[in-house]
Amino acid sequence: MSATFLGMPPFPEAARAAVEDSQLRHNLHKATHTIRDKRGQAVGELDDWAELRSEGAAIKEHTLRHLDRYLEQVEESVQRAGGTVHWASDAAEANAIVTRLVHGTGQSDVVKVKSMATQEIELNRALEQAGITAYETDLAELIVQLGQDLPSHILVPAIHLGRARIREIFLEHMARWGVPAPQGLTDDPRALAEAARVHLRERFLNTRTAISGANFVVADSGTTVVLESEGNGRMCLTLPETLISVVGIEKIVPTFDDLEVFMQLLPRSSTGERMNPYTSMWSGVAPGDGPQEFHLVLLDNGRTDVLADTVGRQALRCIRCSACLNACPVYERTGGHAYGSVYPGPIGAILTPQLQGMSSETDRSLPYASSLCGACYEVCPVAIDIPEVLVHLREQAVEGPGRTGEKAMMAGAEAALSSPAALEAAQRAASAVRGAVPRHLPGAASAWTDTRSVPEIPEESFRRWWKKRGEER
Amino acid sequence: MSGSRERVLGRVRAALEDVPADEPAERVPSRTYARSHGAGPALEVLVDRLEEYRALVHRVRPEELAGQVAAVLERRGARRVVVPSGVPGAWLAETDVERVPDSRQDPRSPGELDAVDGAVTGCAVAVAETGTIVLDGSPDQGRRSVTLIPDHHLCVVRADQVVDAVPEAVRLLEPTRPLTWISGPSATSDIELDRVEGVHGPRTLEVLLVAGNG
Repeated sequence: MSATFLGMPPFPEAARAAVEDSQLRHNLHKATHTIRDKRGQAVGELDDWAELRSEGAAIKEHTLRHLDRYLEQVEESVQRAGGTVHWASDAAEANAIVTRLVHGTGQSDVVKVKSMATQEIELNRALEQAGITAYETDLAELIVQLGQDLPSHILVPAIHLGRARIREIFLEHMARWGVPAPQGLTDDPRALAEAARVHLRERFLNTRTAISGANFVVADSGTTVVLESEGNGRMCLTLPETLISVVGIEKIVPTFDDLEVFMQLLPRSSTGERMNPYTSMWSGVAPGDGPQEFHLVLLDNGRTDVLADTVGRQALRCIRCSACLNACPVYERTGGHAYGSVYPGPIGAILTPQLQGMSSETDRSLPYASSLCGACYEVCPVAIDIPEVLVHLREQAVEGPGRTGEKAMMAGAEAALSSPAALEAAQRAASAVRGAVPRHLPGAASAWTDTRSVPEIPEESFRRWWKKRGEER
Repeated sequence: MSGSRERVLGRVRAALEDVPADEPAERVPSRTYARSHGAGPALEVLVDRLEEYRALVHRVRPEELAGQVAAVLERRGARRVVVPSGVPGAWLAETDVERVPDSRQDPRSPGELDAVDGAVTGCAVAVAETGTIVLDGSPDQGRRSVTLIPDHHLCVVRADQVVDAVPEAVRLLEPTRPLTWISGPSATSDIELDRVEGVHGPRTLEVLLVAGNG
C-alpha cells in the first residue's frame, strides 16, 4: 500500500500540528542547518558561482521559451540512439503507458530509482492496482515505503524520522517485502545502511525492469542524466533488461556541453558536496552494456499551464536541488508534510498550486506558507525569484472565490484612500471614537488581532495638524 | 495515446505566445564562468579530494604499476578479479589472482560478477577539483556492471587523464558512450544526515595514480 498526499489539510492547519512536534522540530533544525552550512562551504569555494548561476538560469529560461523545438529534438535524438519516446499529457496517461510497458515485459516486479515525477503521478499506486509491485531502492525512499509514510524533503525524504524509528520500521516491515532485517539490528546508521544493502541485493541482481526519473535530458545528444549517491541508481539503470524513465518536459537542456554548468550547480546546491558519488549518463541503448530496451516518457501533467504564466514560468527552471527547503525558516519549523504536496518548501509552494491549477483549499493556502524573506531566491542555483511568484499567486488566490469580508474591507480602503475628502472624514470619525476601539477586535477580525494590536488612533490626523500649523503662522 | 504528442506540443506552443517569433531558437552560451578555478596542482588536488571521500589513493611511477596492482590485490586478499578485455596485460603482470574476463561480446552475468572479489579498470578522464573519475565504457573500463557489483574497484588513472575542472572534462567526453561519474565510494546521508560509505556500489574505491618522475 502506498500513502498519498490527497486530501491533506490546508497549510496553516497542518503546520500548527507540525510545529507542536518537538522531536520533528529538533530533527529538522539539525538537518536543515547541517546541509545549509555544507552548501555554503561548497558554493563559497567557487569564485564564479554568480556567473554559473546566471548561466544556469539563462540556459533553462531559453529552453523553456523554445520548448516545442527542444522536445522534438529530444524525441529525435533519443530515438536515433535506440530509445523509444512516449508522450503523456497527464498523470493518468503516464501511468497507463508505464503499466502497459511493464506488462509487455511479462514482469510483475520493478525496481525504482528515487524520482519526483513518478511520485507526482502516484505511479506506485497505479502499478499496484495493475498487479505490479514497485520496489523503491533509495534508502530514504525505502524507509518511507516500508513505513507506509510520505516523503518530507526532495533530497532526503526521511528527514523527519530519527534512527530509532528507522530501526523499528526495518524490523517490523522488511520481512514482508523481501529479505528480513538481521537479528539484533542496532540503530547505528552503518548497520541500517548495511541492512538495506542486504535487503535489496538479490532484488537488484534479479529484477528485469526498472523505472527512473531524470535530472536532465540533453536535446542534442539524447543523453539522460541521473545523479545519486548510494549506487541504487546505477543498479537500476544498468542491470535490468528494460528501463523506463519518466521525465517532466521541463528537464531538457539544449546541449551536452550545458552539463558543465549543471554538474557544478546541482551537487553543490543539493548535498553540499563538490560532486555526488555517482552520476549515470546514457544515450538510448548501448549495445551489450546495460538495458537493451529504453523508454522515455515525456510528462506534461500541468507543466504547460505553468509555462503559459509569464511570471510563474520560472518555476519550471527548478533542478530539484532542495537548497530552498534547507534555507527556509518556515520549512525548518513545519517540515515537508505540512505542505500537503510531493514538492514541499518554497519551491513546492509555487510549483504545486500552479501544476494543480489552484484547485483546492490546500493549493490556495500554499502561496502564504512564506514570510517572503527571500532566502530561497538567494540560494536558488537557477535564480528562481520565488517571492515574486508567491506574491503573484497570492493575487490569484484572492481573486478567486471566497474572502468576502477581506474584499469588502479592501474596497472600503480603496475608496477612502483615493479621495482626500473621504480620507479626512474617515480619520475624523476614527479620532472621535478612539477611546472606544478595543485592543482585540470581535468576530472575524479577531483572527487579525490575535497576533497583533490595533494601532493607537491619534487625537488628530497629521493632515489636520499640518493644516492648523499653517493657519497659526 | 497517439494524440498525446500533438496535444502536448500544441499546449506548449499556445503557452509560448508571448515569445517573439523572430527570437532565435539557438542559444549562444555566454560562458562567462571559469574553465577552471586554480585550486592548485591537479594531481595533488585530485588525491586530496579523493581521500576526503575516503577513497584509497596511491601515487605510483609507471614502472611500479604492476607491482602496486599486485600489492593492492594481495592486501585485499582478492582471489578472483574481473578484468575488462581492454585492460593492458602488463598491469596484471605481477599478480597471480584469477582473472575473470568480461566484454560486451562475452559478458558475465550479475550473479557471476557478485561472486568476484573486485574489478580492475582504467578510466576516461579524472577531474581534480571535484575528485571525480569518469568511465566511458571503453574496452579498458568495461561494461557498467563490472565496476558496480564487485565490492572493490581498483582504478588506474594516468596523470595525462587528469583535468582541473568540470568544464574541461565535459569537453573530452563522448555523449554517445554510457558514462559513469564516480566521486568516491558509494555513500548515503539519508539517516539523520550521518554520512555512511558503502551502500550498494563498491564499498572500497582504490585509485592508482600513475605519474612519471617529473
